[in-house]
Formats: sequence, C-alpha cells, structure tokens
Amino acid sequence: MSIPIMKYDAVIVGGGGAGLRAALQLSEAGVKTVVLSKVFPTRSHTAAAQGGISASLGNVEDDNWHWHMYDTVKGSDWLGDQDAIEFMCAQAVDAVTELEHFGMPFDRLENGKIYQRPFGGHMSDFGKKPVRRACAVADRTGHAMLHALYQRNVKANTSFLVEWMALDLIRNENGDVLGVTAMEMETGDVFIIHAKAVLFATGGSGRIYQSSTNAFNNTGDGLGITLRAGLPVEDIEFWQFHPTGLSGSGILITEGVRGEGGYLLNCNGERFMERYAPIAKDLASRDVVSRAMQIEINEGRGCGANKDHVLLKLDHLGKDVIEQRLPGIREICLQFLGLDPTKDPIPIIPTCHYMMGGIPTNYKAEVIVPKGDDMEVKVEGFYAAGECACASVHGANRLGTNSLLDLVVFGKSAANSMIEYIKSHQVEHKDLPKDAAKFTLERLAKLNEANHGESLAEVRNEMQVIMQQHASVFRTQKTLEDGIKKLEQVAKKALNIYIKDKSKVFNTARVEALEFANSVEVAIATMVCAEARKESRGAHARVDYLERDDDKFMKHSLYYKDGRKVLYKDVHTKPLSVDYIEPAKRVY
Amino acid sequence: MRKMKFSIYRYNPETDSKPYYKDYEVELEDQDTKLLIALMKIKDFYDDSLSFRRSCREGVCGSDAINVNGRNGLACLMNLEELKQPVILRPIPGLPIIRDLIVDMTQFFNQYNSIKPYVIDDRPMPERERLQSPEDRQELNGVIECILCACCSTACPSFWWNPDKFLGPAALLHAYRFIADTRDQATSLRLDELNDPYRLFRCHTIMNCADVCPKHLNPTRAIGKIKELMVSRAV
Ligand SMILES: Cc1cc2nc3c(=O)[nH]c(=O)nc-3n(C[C@H](O)[C@H](O)[C@H](O)COP(=O)(O)OP(=O)(O)OC[C@H]3O[C@@H](n4cnc5c(N)ncnc54)[C@H](O)[C@@H]3O)c2cc1C
Ligand code: SF4
Ligand code: SF4
Ligand code: FES
Repeated sequence: MSIPIMKYDAVIVGGGGAGLRAALQLSEAGVKTVVLSKVFPTRSHTAAAQGGISASLGNVEDDNWHWHMYDTVKGSDWLGDQDAIEFMCAQAVDAVTELEHFGMPFDRLENGKIYQRPFGGHMSDFGKKPVRRACAVADRTGHAMLHALYQRNVKANTSFLVEWMALDLIRNENGDVLGVTAMEMETGDVFIIHAKAVLFATGGSGRIYQSSTNAFNNTGDGLGITLRAGLPVEDIEFWQFHPTGLSGSGILITEGVRGEGGYLLNCNGERFMERYAPIAKDLASRDVVSRAMQIEINEGRGCGANKDHVLLKLDHLGKDVIEQRLPGIREICLQFLGLDPTKDPIPIIPTCHYMMGGIPTNYKAEVIVPKGDDMEVKVEGFYAAGECACASVHGANRLGTNSLLDLVVFGKSAANSMIEYIKSHQVEHKDLPKDAAKFTLERLAKLNEANHGESLAEVRNEMQVIMQQHASVFRTQKTLEDGIKKLEQVAKKALNIYIKDKSKVFNTARVEALEFANSVEVAIATMVCAEARKESRGAHARVDYLERDDDKFMKHSLYYKDGRKVLYKDVHTKPLSVDYIEPAKRVY
Repeated sequence: MRKMKFSIYRYNPETDSKPYYKDYEVELEDQDTKLLIALMKIKDFYDDSLSFRRSCREGVCGSDAINVNGRNGLACLMNLEELKQPVILRPIPGLPIIRDLIVDMTQFFNQYNSIKPYVIDDRPMPERERLQSPEDRQELNGVIECILCACCSTACPSFWWNPDKFLGPAALLHAYRFIADTRDQATSLRLDELNDPYRLFRCHTIMNCADVCPKHLNPTRAIGKIKELMVSRAV
C-alpha cells in the first residue's frame, strides 16, 4: 500500500506552550514548518496552568537569577543538570519579557509592571525566605500564555495540521530521525511526514494514574513513540504529586492559593505544615507538602467522614483578593463541589500532576542517548521540549511555575538548534527507508482486524488503579515488585485490545486505543525505574530507603523498552558560567 | 447508583444516509455529576462508536461544546441533575457536521483569525515589559477568559444566516479585546475593518451569546462598546 508523503523542513508534534513557542521561532526564521496536534492548539493542556511563570524580575522585592537557580537545583534534590538549570534561570527575565511583548495580558502592579506572587520553593538569598517570583495572569496564567502564543503564530502564518495524531517515528539505519507517521482524524487516513528535523512537544502523561490533574489527552504519546523506536526515556520514576488536587475529581487548585496566603489544616484545625517545614511552611516544595499531607492522613488526622483528605483554608484572604487574584479557583469550587471558598475551606488530596522525566535532551533541546561508551550522543534530526522532555531542569522534583518557563525557554532553544541544523548545515531530506510506514500500518491493521479481545476501558482503568496503588506518594520494594508483575499482565492485555468501531471518520475509539498503547509504556517504565532506584530523592519517596544516596544514585536513569533495561548516567554538575552548587540536605 | 436516559444525534457519513437519534439508558454512580462523565461512560461501556470531543474536563480547553436540550453548553460543566430526561444531545448548530457530536469548526476559526487576533504595536520594544496600569489591564477582564468553544456563535441567529460574512460574537469579543488593550496601536485600523454592513452590524443584540457563554462572558457588551467607539469616532 502506498502512503502519501508530505514534506516539510521542520515538523513539530504538539501545539501546547512548548510546541507553539518553537513554531513561532521557526516560522519567523522562514523555515518551512508544520505543527501537528491532536487538538486545536488552544485546547492543549497548557491552557489549564493556573498559578504563574517564574522569572526573577524583582518587580516587588529584590531578586536575581542566581537565587532562582539555587532554588531550582535544591528543588530538584540535586538531580537536575546544572548547566540546563543555569540556562533556563538566566533566560527567564528575557523569556517573560518576550511573552509580554507578544501580548500576554499579565496582571499589573500599581507602577504598571508585571504582578508577581510567592510560590512554593522560590526563595530569596539562597533559601532564606519566600520571594515573589511567579508572574501571573490571575489564576489563568497558562490559558493567557497559550492564547498569546497561538495569536502570535497566527500573525507569523504558521501552518497547522489540527486533529492529527503522530503514531511512530521514522528512523534510517543510522538511527537518524526522518519524520513521523501520522493519522488525520477526520478521514482516518495515514500519512508520512518527511522532515529534516522533528521536535516532540507532546506534553505530559498524567493519565497513567487514576487521580490526576491532567487532561484526558495527556497520554504520553511522545514517550510511547520514543520507546517503541528503540530510544530511552530519562528519570521517569519521578512524578510530582501536587498537594492540592480537589478530593474526588482531581482538578487542580493552584499553589497560588497558598502563595496568596492560604494554608492547610488537619482535622484538629492544626496548621500542620509548621511542624514539617518551619521556615517555608505551606510554601515548602511540593514533594515535601504532599508527603506531610499523606502522613497526616495515614496517622488518622485527615478530615471528613472517611478522614481521607485535608483542608485548604483561604476565606481569611477576603472576598476581594479571592475575586481579583483567584477567580478561577472560586469558579472551580462552585462548579465541582458546590462550595464557596470565600466561606468554606476546600477538601484536597495529593494528586498526580507532573512528569519530571521524559525524552533525554541537553539544554539545546537536542535528544541525546548512549552510544558505545559515550552516554550523550545526539540523535540526528530529533529534538524534544516541554513536559515530554527531560533537559533535565526539574530533576527529582519540579518547582511550581518552572514548567511554563521551561516551555518557552526550551521551545525557543529547540527551534534555534533546528534552525542552525537545517540552515547552516544545508542538510537535505535524507532518503526514507523503503518500509517507513510498515510498523504503523501493522499496528493499525491489528486493531482493525481484531474481532474480539480486551475492553479498552477496563484495561486502562486497571493500569490507572495499579499506578495509584503501587507508585504514588510513598513507595516500597514490595509494592513496586507487585506493581511490575501486575503491569506485565496489563501489557499483555494491551496487545489484544478490541474496539468495536472500525469506521474511518473521526474514530475516537481508535484514537484512544492508540493513546493507550503509549500510556502503558510510560506506566511500566515508571514502575521499573522506581523499583530500581533504592533511595529517596525528591518526589520518589521510598519507605524502605529513607535517605538520599548520592554515591549510588545521584544519577539519571535511562529506561529502554527492549528487555526493560535500566542504565544510569551522571548528573551534569558543571554549570555554564557559575560555580557548582554542592549537594546539601534539603530543608525548608 | 441511578439511571438516566439520553437521546443522542448520530451520524457517520461512511455508513448513514441520514442522521438519526439513538437512545441510551446509562447507569451512573453518585459521584458522576457532570454530563461529560455520562458521555464517557456511554463510550466506554455501551457504545464505543459514539464520537465527541473532550480534553480538560474542567471548562478551560473549550473542546466539548454541545447542544443539550436545545441549549449550548460545555458537557464537562453541565450538571446532570439539572437536565430534563431524556436528555437530548445534538451538535452545536450552524456548522457542518463531521460525525455525531463533532462539527467542523473551520468557519469559526477563520472568523477569529480574520480580526488580526494579536497585539499590533510596531514601536521598538523596551528592554523590559511595557507598562500598563492595573485599571487599563482591568478592561481586559471578562474578555481574555474566552476559550473559543463556539457556544456563543453557534447560538447566534445572525451567525447561522451569514457565517461567512458576519464575524459572530466570539470573533467580535476578541476584536474588542485588542481594541481595549492599551498596548495595541491599531484601533483605527481595526474599526475601519469592522465598519461593514455584515462583519459587525449584523448583530441585532439578541443576547443569545451572553446567555449561553459557559465562562459568563458578555460578547453583546463588547459589541456595544465597539459600536460606541465607531459613533464617537464619527463625530
Ligand atoms: C492543572 C495544571 C496546572 C498547572 N499549572 C502550572 C503553573 O501554574 N505553572 C507552571 O509552570 N506549570 C504548571 N503546570 C504544568 C504545565 O502546565 C505543563 O507542564 C505544560 O503546560 C505542558 O506543556 P507542553 O507544551 O509540554 O504540553 P501540552 O500543553 O500538554 O501540549 C501537548 C501538545 O501535544 C499534542 N500531542 C500530544 N500527543 C500527540 C500526538 N501523538 N500527535 C499529535 N499531537 C500530540 C497535544 O495535542 C498538545 O497540543 C500545570 C499543569 C496542570 C496539569
Ligand atoms: S447579541 Fe449579536 S452576536 Fe450575540 S447572539 Fe445576538 S446577534 Fe448574535
Ligand atoms: S465568548 Fe464564551 S461562549 Fe463564546 S467562544 Fe468565548 S468562551 Fe465560548
Ligand atoms: S473538556 Fe475542556 S472545556 Fe470541557
């Protein structure tokens, strides 16, 4: 069967914050670029980001990027690469300024400058006290940023293939990346997209857990595709559990609530974070707060009839502050709980939120993998940015507001690397392998030909429950080993999914089945790497290995699908221009 | 546990010569409060061929605009207990139907793109942010929250009759968003481009748009402000 081929210089998979920032840079440089997205770009999950984007503007109080860098390294529990962290923090002021110039409608201070609020783990003077570093558009920062970036792309005339789903990578015998196979949802047709440079900006995979702040379409496609293509993913055992997900639905309540002065209470009405983090209190790093909450609940001090959540109190901020700075939060509480936070506290639990790991890259957003003895060899033609990438700036635990920053800094960096690769090397399109779409077509044929098999909804639910029970806030050898065994069963079933609907036009059952094939890979990778890491670091908390073990594990994990192999590589301890920040105990 | 009845518009161009309604009776748990969850249950456990868009499930992505018992809204925000049964679900009206509840939004986005939806300011940019007073910034509240769901435009009779010529409430809301932004330097160009018997003036202030907006925005007010500016510019 002959598959139509579309040719571009650059193809970007993903129209969220990272993909759109890259697209803008490429379009403005005149590179023939296309953006593929499963959803219309402004429907990407960046739209859900609430609290802010970090930059040491110093608009309210003294601040500088060195402090921001220190906080990010400390937040990462010394697993972040210090060159990448310096790169990001040093560019933050310019990146946010640029967003303002693009038209992003930031909230303003009386003097007309961008409004900033405090956020967890962001401190002044190398960890002394909380600092106002989060630049915000009320509690709708991601929405405002995503729309501004989309609007700017309209101006730059960027090409989009909307409601197209990338299915597999195309590589030649050297391992170079030459494009992707993709399905147009409206027709169900499959295409080869042939490119000189491919950027993945496919976002997170939070839907592998049962309770998640993520959108339904955050299914980890970029990682699944990468793993199937024989490439590794990095540090995938590190998942951030956000302290304040709504009990029940998992919808996020921004940390900005605590930034504005809200705090947590247990069933005794005690402000318990004072015990766990005497200085930063409710604004300690997310992993610290989530663990504290889980301990309160486990020890019987949870709230409600089942003692299964704690409370977030903010009514003392007053109606004006809530309506001006947190209008979206009020709306969510009214909509989903029938509760008015200007009067009553919000029931919340730690909820799966963010994937620290991802496709391994350097700070230029070039994908780098082991080859022979060298642990960091570029995969020619392949780039990754945003939540699907691991640069690694977030290490073992991301600070709030550092992701939106990551999207624009590394989205732009990726585009600059691609422009340089395409332009200065004058590369031509490399020849496609003869059977470029064979693997994809076989996968689709299998799905189409099955006339019985496993129910997608049931197997997917099974995976989500296993992840929730075996790999959440606290982990032990036994839960992880059992988790691996159970997921192996799920993986077998995943090969035999049966969907009844075989039609071509906008077959969302097929889309979901293809997404699930990706999610399963991310779930297994997580469980295997979590079992292998016998220490506690950042968001990875092992009850049976309570301490961080820098000798053995100040290392990035690299997981391969083939044989479920795990390798380790060194953390980059050398920043670009400043001194190395030595590991220290992490207290807030 | 409870049961609810739904009657849903179905159409698959590959197999159906014309659209029809299909009835479902769905078992729901107590915690299933929103319409989107019911739709997902139907797809997961009753009929995987039912097609609709969804993503964020919290009213911020704008994917799941649907016509429910005759009224446009977002499935993820609609409370099941407030809906009369059988709940009749149709695609949002006035746009070409691709399949089941999925419509072709091209026309809607073309109108949006046509209003130059970006801040125009060709002055050299300062080294840091441009300044804007909190009061000037306040003008953008009630406008920038738009999620481009199309509930408003597809409830607007003027948009149904002239989807290619009348901009519709969503695009006009955004036209106002950029006029109102003190950083934008192209107000008069924008007003010139709107000064046309169709693009703006087909709005007859019927207010359907403001009634249905799931984000409680008011396109009619924005349209009124544009008209005021045109009048004050003329004198
Ligand atoms: C509720 C919530 C609130 C948050 N708040 C904040 C905050 O205040 N500050 C902060 O810094 N961070 C925040 N985060 C984190 C941050 O928002 C995300 O990490 C970030 O938005 C991810 O952006 P992205 O561009 O990588 O991916 P996304 O915005 O998720 O976009 C992914 C894109 O890839 C496309 N895609 C995926 N797979 C495919 C495929 N197979 N084929 C084609 N296209 C595909 C999708 O359609 C989409 O366009 C929050 C996260 C959540 C969930
Ligand atoms: S007020 Fe104007 S835009 Fe709104 S529904 Fe009526 S005619 Fe349409
Ligand atoms: S104005 Fe309201 S109804 Fe119209 S597109 Fe925007 S959010 Fe949707
Ligand atoms: S699913 Fe995103 S608005 Fe309803």
